[in-house]
Amino acid sequence: MSKTIINLDEVNKWYGDFHVLKNINLKIKEGERIVICGPSGSGKSTLIRCLNRLEEHQSGQITIDDITLNNNLKNLQSIRKEVGMVFQHFNLFPHLTILENLTLAPIWVKNQTKEECERLAMELLERVAIADQAHKYPGQLSGGQQQRVAIARSLCMKPKIMLFDEPTSALDPEMVKEVLDVMVDLAKEGMTMLCVTHEMGFAKQVADKVIFMDEGQIVEEADPHTFFSNPTHPRSIEFLAQILH
Amino acid sequence: MPIKNPEKRALAPMEGLSLWLKKNLFPDVKSSVLSLVILSLLVKALGGLMNWLVFDAIWEGTAQTCRQGEGACLVFIKEKFLFIIFGFFPRELLWRPTLAMILLIAMCFYSREPKRWNKKILYKWLLLVPLCSWLMYGGLGLERVDIGQWGGLPLTLMLSFIGFVFSYPLGIILALGRTGSLPFARSLCVSYIELIRGVPMISLLFMASFMFPLFLPDGWNLPKLLRAQVAIIMFMSAYMAEIVRAGLSAVDKGQYEAADSLGLNYFQKMRMIILPQALKIVIPPTVNTAIGMFKDTSLVAIIALSDLLMTTKTSLKDATWLGFSVEAYLFVAFIYFIFCYTMSRYASRLEKDFSFGAHS
Repeated sequence: MSKTIINLDEVNKWYGDFHVLKNINLKIKEGERIVICGPSGSGKSTLIRCLNRLEEHQSGQITIDDITLNNNLKNLQSIRKEVGMVFQHFNLFPHLTILENLTLAPIWVKNQTKEECERLAMELLERVAIADQAHKYPGQLSGGQQQRVAIARSLCMKPKIMLFDEPTSALDPEMVKEVLDVMVDLAKEGMTMLCVTHEMGFAKQVADKVIFMDEGQIVEEADPHTFFSNPTHPRSIEFLAQILH
Repeated sequence: MPIKNPEKRALAPMEGLSLWLKKNLFPDVKSSVLSLVILSLLVKALGGLMNWLVFDAIWEGTAQTCRQGEGACLVFIKEKFLFIIFGFFPRELLWRPTLAMILLIAMCFYSREPKRWNKKILYKWLLLVPLCSWLMYGGLGLERVDIGQWGGLPLTLMLSFIGFVFSYPLGIILALGRTGSLPFARSLCVSYIELIRGVPMISLLFMASFMFPLFLPDGWNLPKLLRAQVAIIMFMSAYMAEIVRAGLSAVDKGQYEAADSLGLNYFQKMRMIILPQALKIVIPPTVNTAIGMFKDTSLVAIIALSDLLMTTKTSLKDATWLGFSVEAYLFVAFIYFIFCYTMSRYASRLEKDFSFGAHS
């Protein structure tokens, strides 16, 4: 039995008067692949952004790898070292080369040597099939390539958990597959993954669990087979009908 | 062989000119008439100026020959050139400020290439500053020149250059303080910026000149020039702070989030991710302010420092050379223009070098 690596206990968050996350309880085990879906505004992005404190939750407890996420900067730092994040709009650093994008954080945050980092970075770029672009700038790459670089950049920190915030939503349709392929490979290697996405094919292929959110609540939690063939909650049924036509 | 694109075909030089004229000045009757009218007006206006400045200009002689002649009195400029440029700096030592200025300007151009930006260039700059001060001030084997005798172009360059070099990092610190999360630092920075920005530079200069000594302990005093320099730095840094702040908020929010999610701390995030992008975005307004400040240093005349404009004015008071103010002001305007235009070109080259292969 693998251990629980992410634990959310009665987590609440408000934007002013707007209650974005309502009593979220969630346990994720090491190596689990979770897909979070739901209509826009349901709080799914906010939920994963709370996990590395890009957003602050106001009540409840979030524990990641036995570290409590609170105002302690040291805790936050240790959590961010272990949690990688991939954004919808890639957010590569445009003034640094691809290689520098990858090596910057390990050099400065983990105090590794430049040679060490560059070796790992090239390995990762090889893996996402983009090693030949290592010395270009992000602006010279296509969207799909940039997102693969962004994944490699997170992996370069050797995280235990990867968060994906709609990683394919900003891509041209023909580039979605190259990014999903990288994510599928990553899932096969046993990375703990939380992925907010509308790619239901990806969910069916790799997810251990699908979480459906609506209006700030986790409405349904099921394995993908059950979720897609036999959803129970009326909101999930409606949502699936809309996206699967 | 048919010509596919007549615009692209190689043209004989004269053919190219006539085509250009036809296309741009004489495409139809109405435009032709307008072009002719404007051209004749231009010729008349420029012709008059050219006659005065070049053809009728008086190059040799005395003030008397100038007064009898029609054209510009360039004798005056020749006569007063050294005074306008160097003020009261001892005549036999002029090689020193000249060399200092040449070194400074050369170093600026040397530093334009971003690929030269490493530790070595920092050491070169740190070496240059005492070297230039030594050349200006003397000592250690060179004859001493009192700060009161400094003037003209070296003074203007020094006030604006040192003003920029100090106010730029100070402005960055103020902007970071203002946008940061520490409430005390924030209100301190906001008060400083609003207070300094809210008063005219002249009043700051007056305060530096007359009030500042009151705050110093007895027997202490700073040369007036340094006090003016401090006032300029204070004033300029408030403006720089607001420019940098604009840059900070222009950087995409995703950049902050990406840096955070990778675990970079605040200083690493700012130094390596946000500031490089923010400062690049605000190169145009930065240069705008730098150029403005370069010209505004002429306000130090009000506390009796002889900057470039002041030496020009002083040279006009010479009883034998009364009445050549047009020549004098045109000349000094020309010097200001050369420097400001160079700064502008310098910055736009710099901006191009920082495009990082982006398509925009």
